Parts: sequence; structure tokens; C-alpha cells
Amino acid sequence: MFESNGKAASVSFENVTKIYGTRSEGVRAVDNVSLNIEAGSLVTLLGPSGCGKTTTLRMIAGLEMPTDGIVRIGDADVTKLPATDRDVSMVFQSYALFPHMSVLENASYGLKFSGFEKSEMKERAQAGLNLVGLGDYGDRLPSELSGGQQQRVAVARAIVLEPQVLLFDEPLSNLDAKLRRQVREEIREIQQSLGLTVVYVTHDQEEALAVSDRIIVMNEAVVAQDGTPRDLYEEPANRFVADFIGEANILDCSVMGIAKGMADVEVCGHRFKLPAREHKEGKALLGVRPNRVVIGPAGSQNTISGEIRRVTYVGKHLEFTIGTAAGDIFATSDDVDAKYVAGDEISMTFAKSGPVLLAE
Amino acid sequence: MNPKTRSATTHPTLILWLIVGWAGFLLLPWYGVEDGILRPGWLHSGYPFDDDVAPALFIGLTGKKLWLMPLGLLLLVPLFALNRSRLDPIYARLLIISGALGFGWLIAQGFAIGIRGWSFAWVESLFGPLGDRQFGMGAGAMLVASAFLFILTQGIAARGAVKGDIFVVGAIGFVVTIVTAFVFYPILNMLASAFVTQENTYSASVFFEKFTDRRLWGLGCLSGGRCGAAWNSLVLAILVGLITTVLGLAFALVATRTRFRFKRVLRALTVLPIITPPFVIGLAIILLFGLSGNITQFVADALGIPPTRWVYGLPGVLIAQVLAFTPIAFLVLIGVVEGVSPSMEEAAQTLRADGWQTFKTVSLPLMRPGLANAFLLGFIESMADFGNPLVLGGNFDFLSTEIFFAIVGAQYDQARAAVVALVLLSFTLAAFWAQRFWLGKKSYTTLTGKGDSGVHPQLPNVFAYPVYFVVGLWTLFTLTIYTMIIYGSFVELWGVRNELTFKHYVTAFSVRLTENGVHWTGSAWDSFWTTLKIAAAAAPLTAAVGLITAYLLTRQNFSGKNTFEFGTMLSFAIPGTVIGVSYILAFNVPPIEITGTGIILIVSFIFRNMPVGVRAGIASMSQLDKSLDESSLTLGANSWQTFLKIILPLLKPAILAALVYSFVRAMTAISAVIFLVSAEYNMATSYIIGRVENNDYGLAIAYSTTLIFVMLLAVGLLQLLVGRTKIGRRLGQSRTNV
Repeated sequence: MFESNGKAASVSFENVTKIYGTRSEGVRAVDNVSLNIEAGSLVTLLGPSGCGKTTTLRMIAGLEMPTDGIVRIGDADVTKLPATDRDVSMVFQSYALFPHMSVLENASYGLKFSGFEKSEMKERAQAGLNLVGLGDYGDRLPSELSGGQQQRVAVARAIVLEPQVLLFDEPLSNLDAKLRRQVREEIREIQQSLGLTVVYVTHDQEEALAVSDRIIVMNEAVVAQDGTPRDLYEEPANRFVADFIGEANILDCSVMGIAKGMADVEVCGHRFKLPAREHKEGKALLGVRPNRVVIGPAGSQNTISGEIRRVTYVGKHLEFTIGTAAGDIFATSDDVDAKYVAGDEISMTFAKSGPVLLAE
Repeated sequence: MNPKTRSATTHPTLILWLIVGWAGFLLLPWYGVEDGILRPGWLHSGYPFDDDVAPALFIGLTGKKLWLMPLGLLLLVPLFALNRSRLDPIYARLLIISGALGFGWLIAQGFAIGIRGWSFAWVESLFGPLGDRQFGMGAGAMLVASAFLFILTQGIAARGAVKGDIFVVGAIGFVVTIVTAFVFYPILNMLASAFVTQENTYSASVFFEKFTDRRLWGLGCLSGGRCGAAWNSLVLAILVGLITTVLGLAFALVATRTRFRFKRVLRALTVLPIITPPFVIGLAIILLFGLSGNITQFVADALGIPPTRWVYGLPGVLIAQVLAFTPIAFLVLIGVVEGVSPSMEEAAQTLRADGWQTFKTVSLPLMRPGLANAFLLGFIESMADFGNPLVLGGNFDFLSTEIFFAIVGAQYDQARAAVVALVLLSFTLAAFWAQRFWLGKKSYTTLTGKGDSGVHPQLPNVFAYPVYFVVGLWTLFTLTIYTMIIYGSFVELWGVRNELTFKHYVTAFSVRLTENGVHWTGSAWDSFWTTLKIAAAAAPLTAAVGLITAYLLTRQNFSGKNTFEFGTMLSFAIPGTVIGVSYILAFNVPPIEITGTGIILIVSFIFRNMPVGVRAGIASMSQLDKSLDESSLTLGANSWQTFLKIILPLLKPAILAALVYSFVRAMTAISAVIFLVSAEYNMATSYIIGRVENNDYGLAIAYSTTLIFVMLLAVGLLQLLVGRTKIGRRLGQSRTNV
């Protein structure tokens, strides 16, 4: 029954702004955001709480109306269309299962308003429950299921409608760590096998990296960066993204010159070449992941000298805090047998690939 | 693949309201029909061409009352919107034009043209004499009015208001309209009539004269004379507020902080005043303390003190009101006392405060806003009470009874009734205002939702024993009162002939079986059935209006929401007598002419009791996670379906509470009712008051006793009917992380 979804549609925002309260004094929850989500892809809205990601999701659902701008689903302008008339369904953080209906009734709730015959309605709801592995639980009440099972009912209830867009609002935040991993893989699997357009909100960057085709990072009501998980991790556009996705050392540096797209970068006397991206000569920021920091013996040529402040053994790697002229640097090393101790003078360089120039 | 047929160009709701509007315009009598629209008499008296029963179109076809015809034209306008998409701006514009102009025109012509032609002199001087007239609007006009209203709200929704939700915008429009029509309009109308002189002109000096009347504000009692009604009412209300608060607190403390074993009995006592007609306590007081009362006689025999009429006046009314309203204070304060976080008290104890010190320095100060709240409630209830002052007031004047006598007495002075009503209204509104805006910000007992595992400490003994004593005394007194009521209903003639008899019940409720069926020969049956019918009609309507309002207040955001809330809660602070007076002033002339019908009784009950429905609804709706509604919306149900399938089933307890409360209040109400009853629609309470005025206490008490038991039965039945929602044992599970 659920082979593929021919209805999956794209979503696009054109200069969408949402202000709570009055235009002049209200809070700008989303500020002039434009984005484009391709049909059949899983896109995550990622960001710290209050960044506007949930408001963005709710505007796709039609639960909030934009103050300005245009929202499109597929080719249709749905800016003023209320939730009930949009072909979108949503899985809530709290699951929002109707406590007075059985699991099967919950799953068939949306079908009831879509004009299906009673028998087909039941058949589809049952197929949806089978898909999430809860085929035998139809007669139970939601309160008789575990958290993970409730979550799956919520998913089944949404996908049986074969919506143009399926929305998830932090769906895993009420599950324990182990279950979280399993459910997120299931969600990804269902999304891919049915070819659904999914928009997924989370504040957990690991979850976002694991499930998404693309991630839209939001901060303070605007899009901070939009790209594939690898883009975001390897080439963060700015300080916020570098800091928010994974861990990064962010250092002040100078771009001495640019030639053939490569920038000549200097940090505390250490000079090396990096892709220039859009940067020009002058002051800039350098983002370095902890595992891209290379530690060597003190006094080597073209390095940054530093002193080990703290060493922590965490099993699969070592963690260092290194005091340098550029500030404290956090580094990791897979060489767990290295014999450094706090107080050792060392020199420090960066790996060839990995470090990036950042915008403020 | 998707059979979802709804698209932006089919408008089922619009079509529905257009059908309603056209039915109102083409089929149903435009003006009110003598016997009511539900009796088919009007079909045989000249329909559809006789003016009295003709639909608007037919009136127009005969060339009369042409001012109705623009309504028909405006009803045509939405037809041009039918084939347009809801997202089309022209769709919204057409509906708004049709709805706003239609509704506005309907109201304007209703007020402008009355039973004597033009209603206002200036309109007449503008257009010349009309030579025609019209009566109160009927079923046709009501349907057309609702059609225009909902066409307007659909237009507003299409422009994107409240997320473009037709149901929500419609509901807001509906509630605003009916509250305006049945709360604000009559009150403002009454305000205006306070300035009207005997000669039907407006005069500020007449108002001023009536307002400063000595009968209202005189201070003669300080020098041995009589004081004005305003002072009497004020003193009484303050005393009642204070005493009921103290007693209520004592009860609340016993119920929550002692090992008292009969707490359930205490809780049961709180039901009593709700099912007791307000003046019944007054009657029982007369049986005990009146001239021929038991205690009076006993004291007279034992001590040789000659019986006096001391109980008639302030003392009697005070006792009766304290008995009647203490349970209300208890209900309020039990929440307050339980709301004080136990961990605060435990913290105080670990800081070396002993039991009494903890209570005095922590618990009591934290309860202060709650205590003030209970005081204000007692104050408002006492001010508004009509039954007890009427029964026990004697020569003492109170505001609520003054209003009554100004209207029904020999003086028949509408303007004076309006002025006294305004004085009373300003007292209660001041208390209401204080409760909402001054106390509203001060509550310390908000529940955080975090589990508070502490236990309330027991009351210290020095304090517990006096509290026990007070509570015991009150309980004993209440039980005595109710025993008196039941016993009194069987006594031939209280204090004179004390033989037991069924006489009163027979007079009131005798039934004769004949071949033609049952003959309800008792004198009370008429008013009894009327009361049941009216209460049964009012209860579901009250609950519905209350719950829809609560839904809008908890679930939706729209501009003007605070004003909306204030307006809907306002009628709580309007005493029944004020409602009564304002209703007869407003609704015995067109456009809404419903005096003397059952409708006016039902309407008055709806708006008197609506605030309680709203509160019950708000309390339980704020427990339901909002994402339940939202998920229903994203699954394709609209707001109305969501309200029906998700919210209502989960709200059964609140519905039950609202139903029971409004039913019972409609059965026991007297203050507004006494102005609004008519020969055809007499209510039980006003019948009983009539018996009391004729000194027929036996019958009055027998009837009251019957009412109390009927209401107990009704409460039980409703409980069975509404039943419990099956939601499993762990409801909390699905609504964590709100």
C-alpha cells in the first residue's frame, strides 16, 4: 500500500517574517527567511531554542500565519490557507495522541476527514500501524503503550494521510538515548522508502547530522547556514555554525594575501594556505576542529608554541587543553599512548584539510 | 490517490448560511408570532400574505415596509462569491460588504422604526412621518441576522484573521454579538433610562435628584432614625464578606490540615447552598426566630422575655446570608489552603518556627490574596441577594429589594429603579474590578506543575480546638436549619397548630387519575413544570455558550481578547435584580420584544450563569495539551470537528459541572426571575415568594423541600447521563512536555 508517494511536494519560503505582537514592538520570531526544500528530501531545521525553527515549522503546517512573505507548498501559494486545508501532517513533540481514542482510531482520525470509505479507512490505518510495527496494538489506548510505541503511533497517524509534506517537531526528545537512535533510523528509512518530503525540527546536532539530506541552521530568527551535513561540519560559514555543529576552536587570524583561490593565513606567526572562500585580505576568523590540531615537539619551525594545561583520558582518545598566544585551544588525539603531561612545552600546527576561514 | 474533495472553491459553510438567510427572508414570518414559532398557528392565519406572519419578501411584494428590501439585495451579494477561491481578495470583500451592511441595516432599521413609527424624533424630522410601524423581530429576522453575521465572519476569516479559521472567527462573532445584545445593551439602555423623566424627556437633574435621595444615602440610623438602603446594603455586604471568609477559612483548615474524620461530610455540605433556593434559609430562620418561632417561644417560656421581631431586618438577613454563603467561601478557600506549597511550610519548620509561628508567618500571609478573593465573593453575593432581604428584611431597606419595589410597587418609577440598580451595580462592579485587577496580580498560589512532595503540617492544637468549635457549631446550625425545613413542611400551621400533616404537599402536588389520564390538580404543578422546562432548556445552552467562550479564551489568540474576556465575565458581577430590571426595560419594545415569554427567562439564565460555565471550561481546557488540537488540525479536521471530536469528549467533567450548575441555578434563581415571570411562564421560586407574601409558609416550605429533592435527583441523573470519558490510567503520559 505504501510503495511510493507521488504527492511529495517541495516547500518554499519567500522573505517570510513572523512577528508576535505588534509590528513595531513585537518579537521577531522569524525574520525575512527564504528557503527551499526539495520534494522527497529530509531537511532538518536546527538551532538553539528560541531561534525560530519551530515557528518556521508551524508556518509550514499552517498553525501560524506569516506576518509577511509567501509560503508555497508545491506550486501552490498556501500563505493564507489554514492548517486544516493544507495537505500536511505533523508529528508533535508530545505525540498529541488523543487519549480517548484507541490506537487504530488515532491512526484513522485524519483519514476520516479525507473522504475515504469506512473499510478503506480502516485498511489504510492498519497498514500504517503495520508499517511502524504496531499492527497488533490497534485496540489499545495510547496510555497503555510505552513512550517509543506512542511515538510510532504518532508517525503512523501522520503518514497514512500520504501528505505532501510531513513535519516532525523534536520527535525524539521524550525518548531515552538508545531508543532515540533506533527511532530516528526508522524515520529515515520510512522517509526514503516512501519518498516523503520531511521537515524535521531538532536542537540536537548529532540527530540532525545523522538523518538529514540537508540541514538549515537557524539562529536569532534568520538562517545561519543551509547545506548538507558534511558541508556544515567541514565548511561552516560562520562562527555560530562552527560552534553549534560539533566543537571548534575559533581563532583570530590575518589573511596576508590571496592567490588562485588560496589564502595565505597567519596565526601567531604560523603561516599556511587555506581555500579563500569569499574572504578578502585582513582580519578573519579561523575555525579548527579539535581533531585537526596536530601536536609536535617544542621549537619546530612554522608552528605555534604552547603549553599543555590539562590532559584528559577518555578511552578512545586523549583530550588536551593547550595554552597559546591565541588563547586556550582544545585538541584531541587518537594516539592514546602519547606521553604528554600537564606543563609540557609543545608546538602546534593544523592539519592540511579541515581548518576553515569563517565569517563573523 | 487522494479523495480529499475539499478545495478552495467549494464553500459548504457559506452555502449553509446562505440557505439559512434565504429561508429567513423567504419562508419564515419576519416579525414575532403571538404564540411562538414552534406552534403551527401562524400557518393558518393568513400566511404568507398577512403582515403579522408574512416573510419579509411577501411583505415587500405587497408594497409595504419597503425598508426590509435592501436586506434581500444584500443577501444576493454572496452568490457572486460562490465560484471564487477563498484566497481571492474579492471573495473576502464581497462577504464583508454583504455581512456588514446587512447586519448593520437590520439593526439600524430595527431600532429606528418601532411600534409608533420612527423611534427618534430627529429621524422623523429628517425624513418626515413614516405612516407605518413594526413590532419585535421574529424567526425570519433572527435567521437573516445570523446569516449576515456569519457571512461577515467568513469574510473576515478569508482575509486571514485568526489563521483564517471560519469556525473560530464565527464563534467570536457569535459570542460578541449575544453578549452585546443581552448584557451590554440592556445595561446601557438602563443607564439611559435613569435620566428619563415622567414626561419622557432626558434630564440630568432628575437623575441627580433620584441619585442623592435620602432613602438611598440617609444616615438617620446614627441618630436613632433609619439609614438609606445603600448604607444598609454596604454594611450588610461587608459583614457577610468578613464572617463568611473567617468561617470558610475555618472549614478549609479543618478539611485539609486536621485529622478530622468526617471531611467528606464537610465537602457534602458545600453542595447544599447550590441546591437550596436562596430564600429557603430565610424561611427556616423565621421558623426558628420569628415571632412564633421555636427558639423565640422557648426563650419566652423559659426566661419570660416577650417575643420581639428582632430577627426582621439586618440581623436576620445577616444570619441567613452567612449560612447561605459560607460554603461558597469554603469552596474558594479550600483551593487556596491546598495551594500553599507545603515545602514553604516545611522550610519554615526547619528554620525553627513552631506550628503556630509557621502558620502565622508563612501560611496565612501566602493565603492573603485568596482570603481577599473570598471576601469579595461574599460581598458580591450578599449585595446581589434578593430572596433573603425580601423574606427577612422587615422595615429595613436594601438596594436589591428597593429596585423591586420601585418597579412592582405602587410607586412604579422606572427611572428610580434604574438609579438604584446603578448604585447597586457600581458596588458590585467595584468589587469585581478589585478582584480581577488588584488581586489578579497578587496570587501566590499558582501551581507550577512541578511535583511538590511535601505534606501540609497539622494545625497546632491551640488553634485547632477553637476552629473545631466554630465548625461544629456552624454544622449543627446548618443541620438544624435543614431539619426545620423538612419538618416545617409537615406542620399544619407553625407555632399555632403543630400537628403533622401532608396537607401542604397535597395542596401543591395532588394528582387525580381519570379516564382521560392524569390530572395535575395541585396548585404548584403549573410553575413546577414551567421551571423544569425552562431550566432544562437553559442548561445545555448555558453550558454550550460557556464552553465555546472558554475554548476561545484558552485556545485562540485574537486582538481584543482581554476585552472579550472581561465582557464575558462581567455578567457575574451584575446582580440578578439589575438584570431583571434592565431586561424588562430593554426587551418590552422592538426590535427584541420578548418580555412575557419563556425566551426571556432562558436568556436571562444563560447570561447570569455563563461565567461559571466559562470558568469550569477554562479550568479543564487549560489541562489539555494544545498540541492535541493542533495535531487534529494538521490531520485535516477543521476547528469545529476538532472541538467536537477531541475537546468535548475530553471535557466531559466540565460539561457535567456546567450543565448541573446552570440547571440548578435556573431552578433556584429568584432575583432576575421575579421581574421576568408572566402569567403563562411562572417559575417555582416566584410562586413560592408569592405564597410567603400571603403568609402561607407551610405551602412555601413544602414546595421548597420538594425542589431541593428534585435537584438532588437531577444532579444524580446528569452524572449518570454524561458518564466518564475512557482515557486510560496514564493520561499524563501523552501530555508531558507542554
